[in-house]
Amino acid sequence: MTNNRSWIPYLLILPSVAFLALLFIVPLLQTIWLAFSDNGVPSPANAQRMMADINFARSIKNTFLLTLAVVPVQLAIALVMGTMVAKVGRGRETILWVWTIPLGISDLAAGLVWLSILQNSGYFNSLLLGLGIIERQASWLSYQTPVALFFAIAVAEIWRGTAIVMVIIVAGLNQVPREFREAAEIFGAGAWTRFWRITLPLIRPALQSALILRTVLAFEVFAVVYALGGRNFPVLVGEAYNWQNQNQNYGVAAAYAVLIMIISLAATMIYLKAIKVDPERLP
Amino acid sequence: MSAQTTSKASPAGFVSSSRWLLWSGIAALCAWVMVPIYLVALGALGGRQGVYQWPKTGLPTGISLDPFILFLKTEGVLQSFLNSLGAAGITVALSILLGAPAGYALARYNFHGKDGYRLLVLLTRAFPLAILALPLTVSFIRLGLYDTIIGVGLIHTVLALPFAALVTQGIFMGVPRELEEAAWVFGCTRAQAFFKIVAPLALPGIVATAVFAFVISWNEVFAASVLTVRNRTLTAYLLTVLSESPMHYRFAGGLMLILPSVIFIFAVRRYLFAIWGISSK
Repeated sequence: MTNNRSWIPYLLILPSVAFLALLFIVPLLQTIWLAFSDNGVPSPANAQRMMADINFARSIKNTFLLTLAVVPVQLAIALVMGTMVAKVGRGRETILWVWTIPLGISDLAAGLVWLSILQNSGYFNSLLLGLGIIERQASWLSYQTPVALFFAIAVAEIWRGTAIVMVIIVAGLNQVPREFREAAEIFGAGAWTRFWRITLPLIRPALQSALILRTVLAFEVFAVVYALGGRNFPVLVGEAYNWQNQNQNYGVAAAYAVLIMIISLAATMIYLKAIKVDPERLP
Repeated sequence: MSAQTTSKASPAGFVSSSRWLLWSGIAALCAWVMVPIYLVALGALGGRQGVYQWPKTGLPTGISLDPFILFLKTEGVLQSFLNSLGAAGITVALSILLGAPAGYALARYNFHGKDGYRLLVLLTRAFPLAILALPLTVSFIRLGLYDTIIGVGLIHTVLALPFAALVTQGIFMGVPRELEEAAWVFGCTRAQAFFKIVAPLALPGIVATAVFAFVISWNEVFAASVLTVRNRTLTAYLLTVLSESPMHYRFAGGLMLILPSVIFIFAVRRYLFAIWGISSK
């Protein structure tokens, strides 16, 4: 483009840069300051108070376990979905639409959906009764059944969060040229080999962004937990919420926020390192 | 499907059994998505009796719209629904107005700082953005934005804007530069060329982006709950009344959250994969 109009792109990006500076960068710095200061002077008091909190260790453990349980399953289901739908001709659009429906569903709504299934007089217990597995209503979501509650939350998260992974994976698969797989097939590679040696390496960029997105979201888990288990299952964002809204202690809430950010950033870094995307080998 | 089955060279028995496996897998995954929504709808329309019916059959017996309408008439529900619409509307408007020009700049120009800008946009992904609502409480109180729909819309725009900039970049790259240049040759100014040539071609994709911005705002729980007290959005309202609401109200709330976004996703289903293909690059 002509040089005498070089100010145009800056004019075009300026509003969004200003907006993100004011509402992303500034709050980011404010959070860090709030977390590490006390009455206007630098202090580790908030961090210490956070770590001394009775729910601190539990909320870290719960959040990590949930992420470790949920993200791999979501990726696996998404890959299965992507592989399946690639073999379908007619009806492909409809199938993909059905599978993307949870994309529009919030974590709060997902929690309420699974509450209707897993509550004491819900459909899950009815099914178990019908199969003769239980005789009375069993409870799955109380503080006395932490393992069942964990699985309930994990199932709700997998139900809701798989769609986004699937959409990114399918978008990635669509960009893999058919010739690659056909060539491998001609040279005698089986379906399993083709998947591991051809398809998976070629969709690395999609894998990377799906994993980053999903993992950061998994560390943010909150409303689905609250809808299913109330405060029986502490998670990091839930603790930040409680310190802010119930205890009105913005400092400790900010300390939790900083902790969540550090974990999210670390996870992103690990994915960027672990899944190398080589631009020259992309289709 | 039958045409494909017969066109395969493999023995017919093997093909049909693997086809059968494929379609039963697909059907199972479709059921996995749909059945829970159906069940929460039953819960929302079954009212109090429905909740305590034991054992449940899963069949649509004893349902009517009355329990759902009763829920809508509960104090605060309709208002929070309107608040959610308002916040989502602000999010859509701001993220497109601020994001689309940036997307156009990224698509059409090479300029110093382009990589820096892209880094800023990508950086937002590594952060749990909604959490940034925590420190904003203080500044929003000072600015008079606390407990307002505008405040919620602003923080939701932080979530939607990076997405909008990246996606619109891809959309504008899909509009051939030659068309725009031809318009200049025929005497259009840059602005005229943009609005007469580029904008109409990019419009469907931009509408799809707007729908996503809507869904992002509509579904956000944390920031909305932290930044409001009286002017709750639907998610924030449901979260705060959750523990004291009867079960069938919770299910009705869940259904109410699900319906609009499912309709919107249906409306943009054709663009879903193109958009995510772009934004995950």
